[in-house]
Amino acid sequence: MKKYEAVIGLEIHAQMLTKTKMFCGCSTRFGSEPNSQTCPVCIGMPGVLPVINKKAVEFTVRAGLALGCKISPYNRFARKNYFYPDLPKGYQISQYELPICLGGVVVLNMENGQSTIELTRIHMEEDAGKNIHEGMKDFSCVDLNRAGVPLMEIVTEPQIRSPKEASAFMKKLRSVLRYLEVCDGNMEEGSLRCDANVSLRPIGSSELGVKAEIKNINSFRFVEKAIEYEIWRQEEVLKEGGRVIQETRLYNTSTGTTESMRSKEEAHDYRYFPEPDLVPIVVSDTMLKEVKATIVELPDEKVGRYVNSFGLPLYDAELLSQEKSIAHWFEDAVNKGGNPKAVSNWMMGELMRLLNETSTRIEDCKVTPEHLIGLIKLVDSGAINVKIGKTVFEEMFNSGEQAEKIVKSKGLLQISNEGELDSVIDGILKQYSSEVERFKAGEVKLTGFFVGEVMKQTKGKANPKLVNEILKKKLV
Amino acid sequence: MEYFKLNIKEANALLQNKDITVKELTESVFQRIEVVEKTVNAFVTVTTDKAFEMVEELPPYQSSNLFGIPMAIKDNMCTRGIKTTCSSKILANFIPPYESTVTDKLMKSGYILTGKANMDEFAMGSSTENSGFFTTKNPWDTERAPGGSSGGSAAAVCADECIAALGSDTGGSIRQPASFCGVVGLKPTYGRVSRFGLVAFASSLDQIGPITKTVEDSAILLNLISGHDPLDSTSATVNVPDFTSCIGKDIKGLRVGIPSEYFIDGMDSQVEQSVKAAISHIESLGAQIVEISLPHTGYAVATYYILATSEASSNLARFDGIKYGLRVPADDLIDTYMTSRAAGFGTEVKRRIMLGTYALSSGYYDAYYKKAQQVRTLIKHDFDRSFEKVDIIATPTAPTTAFKIGEKVNDPLQMYLSDIFTISVNLAGVPAISLPCGFDQKGLPIGLQLIGKAFDEETILKAAYAYEASTPHHTRRPTL
Repeated sequence: MKKYEAVIGLEIHAQMLTKTKMFCGCSTRFGSEPNSQTCPVCIGMPGVLPVINKKAVEFTVRAGLALGCKISPYNRFARKNYFYPDLPKGYQISQYELPICLGGVVVLNMENGQSTIELTRIHMEEDAGKNIHEGMKDFSCVDLNRAGVPLMEIVTEPQIRSPKEASAFMKKLRSVLRYLEVCDGNMEEGSLRCDANVSLRPIGSSELGVKAEIKNINSFRFVEKAIEYEIWRQEEVLKEGGRVIQETRLYNTSTGTTESMRSKEEAHDYRYFPEPDLVPIVVSDTMLKEVKATIVELPDEKVGRYVNSFGLPLYDAELLSQEKSIAHWFEDAVNKGGNPKAVSNWMMGELMRLLNETSTRIEDCKVTPEHLIGLIKLVDSGAINVKIGKTVFEEMFNSGEQAEKIVKSKGLLQISNEGELDSVIDGILKQYSSEVERFKAGEVKLTGFFVGEVMKQTKGKANPKLVNEILKKKLV
Repeated sequence: MEYFKLNIKEANALLQNKDITVKELTESVFQRIEVVEKTVNAFVTVTTDKAFEMVEELPPYQSSNLFGIPMAIKDNMCTRGIKTTCSSKILANFIPPYESTVTDKLMKSGYILTGKANMDEFAMGSSTENSGFFTTKNPWDTERAPGGSSGGSAAAVCADECIAALGSDTGGSIRQPASFCGVVGLKPTYGRVSRFGLVAFASSLDQIGPITKTVEDSAILLNLISGHDPLDSTSATVNVPDFTSCIGKDIKGLRVGIPSEYFIDGMDSQVEQSVKAAISHIESLGAQIVEISLPHTGYAVATYYILATSEASSNLARFDGIKYGLRVPADDLIDTYMTSRAAGFGTEVKRRIMLGTYALSSGYYDAYYKKAQQVRTLIKHDFDRSFEKVDIIATPTAPTTAFKIGEKVNDPLQMYLSDIFTISVNLAGVPAISLPCGFDQKGLPIGLQLIGKAFDEETILKAAYAYEASTPHHTRRPTL
C-alpha cells in the first residue's frame, strides 16, 4: 500500500509572442546568428534604460483574464540580482511583491474526473541569454539574442498530485496560451519551459514536506518522467529513514534522472527590490475592457459546446478543441452541414494520422471541410463503403481533388448491382467447391473467406451488405 | 580678448552679432585649458580634436542659445565614440556606441564638447578624491577639493575651461561642488531631465543638471535639456516652460521658508553668517521670510546611504569583466568576476556596493531598505507640508567651504556629512539651486541653496536671479 502522497507545484516560463523584446526594440526571432538581435539595452551597456513593451503587458493581462486571475490595477517590476554571464545587467528585471496577475484556475479532465489546479500568480519578466560551451576550447561563448525576450511566469499552488496531472496541466496551459496567441508553446525551442517543485508527505497529512525543485524540463514527456523519477527517489530516501533535503535538481534527459544542482545553503539571495528605472504599471478599466474583447472562445467553452450542442463524446470534444486551428476546421465542417460525429470520426482518424505522418499543419492541408463533407455524403448514400472512403481520403489529402471526382476517375463506386454480384459470387463458389462442402458441413466461419474473395475480385467495391445477403441465399 | 571668460549669454550675443566666430571662441577656451588644466586637473579627457571637428561640422549660425558654446560634460554621461569612464578604472577604456539624451540634445543645439570632466568614481563622493585617476583641484585654492562628485565640471566652469558644464546630482553632486567653486549649480526636479545615457549610481535619485557661471545660463541650459524622453520611463511627461522667462521678474511677496534644522551646531560660522545675510538680502528685495521645520531632516543621511547604496550595488553589477571594460583573467568564472571587480573598483565604490548588498539581503531588507523607503516618504511629506506655507526654501548648500584635499578622505562619515544639506532634496525629488553668496576669510566661496516645489524650477531661478543681479559675488573669479 502507498504510504506517501506527492505534492507538486509548477512554475512555467512562457515566452511571449511579441515581435520585440521586453525592454527594447530588438527582434525576438528564434534561431538567428548569435548576438545579431541585441542592442545597448539588452546587453546591459552602462547608462541605458529599459522601456516596458506594452504588448507584453497586454498579453499577460489577456492570459490572466483567460485563466481567471485577478489583474492588479497597480503592479511593478523588481530586480532579481545574481551574477551569470548570460545575464548582462547582473540582475533580471522581473516582478516580485506586486505581480500583474494573482490567483486563477485551470480545470483538468482526468480519467477519474475533474481536478482543479489553482494558480498563485502570473508575472512578467525578461529571459536570460544562453551560454554556449559546446565546440569551444578553454572558453565559453554567450549568445544574448534571447536576453530580454518577454516571459510570463505562471506559478501554480502545490495542488498537483501526480506526474500525469502535471503533464495534463502543461498540455491544457499550452493549449490556452496558443488559443490566446500569446505564446507559441514550442517546447523544443524553449518557448515553454517548466520547473517542478516536488515533495512527499504521508497520506492524510496536510503539512507540506521538504521540496526539491527540478529545473530544465522541456517536454510533456519529460514533465512526467522527471516527476516520476523524483517521487521514486524521495520515496527511497524516506523508506530508508533518510530526510529529503531542500535543493535544486536538474533533470538529465539522457539518464532520465534528476541530479543535485545546489542545496538550500548554496541558494542565491536574489536581493529583490523595486526596479527604480521603471515606473509602476497601472492597468486601467479601459485597458481591461479592451483586452477582454480580444479573448476568443477557449477550449473549455468549446468542449462544453461540442458535447451539449453537437452531441460529441467528451473524448472527441477535448481532442478537437485542443488546437484552435483544428477546432476551427471542425466547426467549419459542421457549419457547412457535416454531421458532427461523422466529421469528428474522420478528423480524429484519417485527418490527424495523415497530418502527423506528413508533418503538415492543418492550415496547409489540401483537404478542406468541403472535401470531407463530399466524402461523407458518398459514404452515407452508399455510393462507396467506409474502406474505400479511407482510400479516397488519402487521395484527397495528396491531390486536393474532390471525393466525387476521385471516385469517378478511379471507378471506385460501390457495386450494388445484384446481377453483377450474382455472377461474381457464382464464379467464386464454383472455384472453391471444397470450401463450399466444408461450409455446408457446418464450418460457418468460412463466410468471411467468401466475402473476402468477393472483395478481392471487385477491388473492394462490392457492397458488403449485399454480398452477405446473396451468399446467405446461395449457400443454404 | 579672453573669450573664455564669457558666459553663455554673453558668448551667444557675440556669436549672433558675428563679433566672434565659434572657432575663435573654441580656440580661446582651449588656450585657457592649455594654461590652467595642468594645475586644475578638471578633465579625464580633453576632447580637442572632437571639439574642432564639431566646429567644422556646425551649420551656418542658427539661433540657438547654445550654438557654438564650448561645454564640459561630466564623464558619466555617454558620448558616442568618446571615452566615458565614470572616473573608474573598470571603464578606463570604455567608448560608448550611443549618445546620452542630454548630450544628444546639446549636440542638436550646436554645442562644442571641450572635454569629459573628472568626478568621484561612479559619482560616489564629495571631493573627486575618489576618482580612479586623479583629484581635481579647487581653482580658488589648489590645495583644496573642488567638491564632488561633479568636481571636474564645477572646477572647469570656475577656471574658465569651458563656458558651462553638465553635472549629475544624486545627493548634492552638482550643488556642493558649485558651492565650493563659487559657481551656479542646479539640480532639476527628478524626472525633469532624461537619464538615458547617464551611467547610473542610484537610479531613483540621479538627476542631470547645469553648472554655469550665472543663474540665467542655468535657465538657458535647463530649457535645452528638459523634457520627456521615450527612452527614460522615469522622465516626466509634464510641460516644460521657458525657464528664462522668469529671469528678471521681481520677488515681492515671495514666501521664503527657513528650516531651523539647517542651521545647526558645528556648522562653519562664516557659512552661517553669509547665508543669513543672503536671506536678509532676499527679504530686502521684497520677499517674506517664514520660519519652517523639516522635522525628519536628521534621518536624511542615513536614509540616503541605505537607498543609494542599495541601488548602486545592483546598478554596478553589470561591470563584471565579461562584456566590456576591465577584465583581469583568472582560472574560472567566479574568480574572473572577483579579480576584475577587485582591480576595477576603488575603495569607496566597494564600500558602497557592500553596504547596499547588505541592506538588500534577505533578513535585512525590511529593517533597512524598506524602512528607508518609508522614511523617504516622511522626508518628502516634510517638503510637501512646507510648500503649503512657502514658495521656496533657503538653506546653506554645504556646512563648510572647500576642505583640504586629504582632510576627510580617510573618514567616510565626515565626508558623507558634507552632503547633509543637499541630500533631502534628492530624497524628496524636488529641485534646488546653489549660487554664490559670499566668501569666507580664506577667500573661499560660500553657497546659498534655494529649494523649490517639484517641477517649479522657475521660482527658484527667479529668486536666484534676483539675488545674483543685486549682489557682486558671482563676478569674483579666482586667479590661476
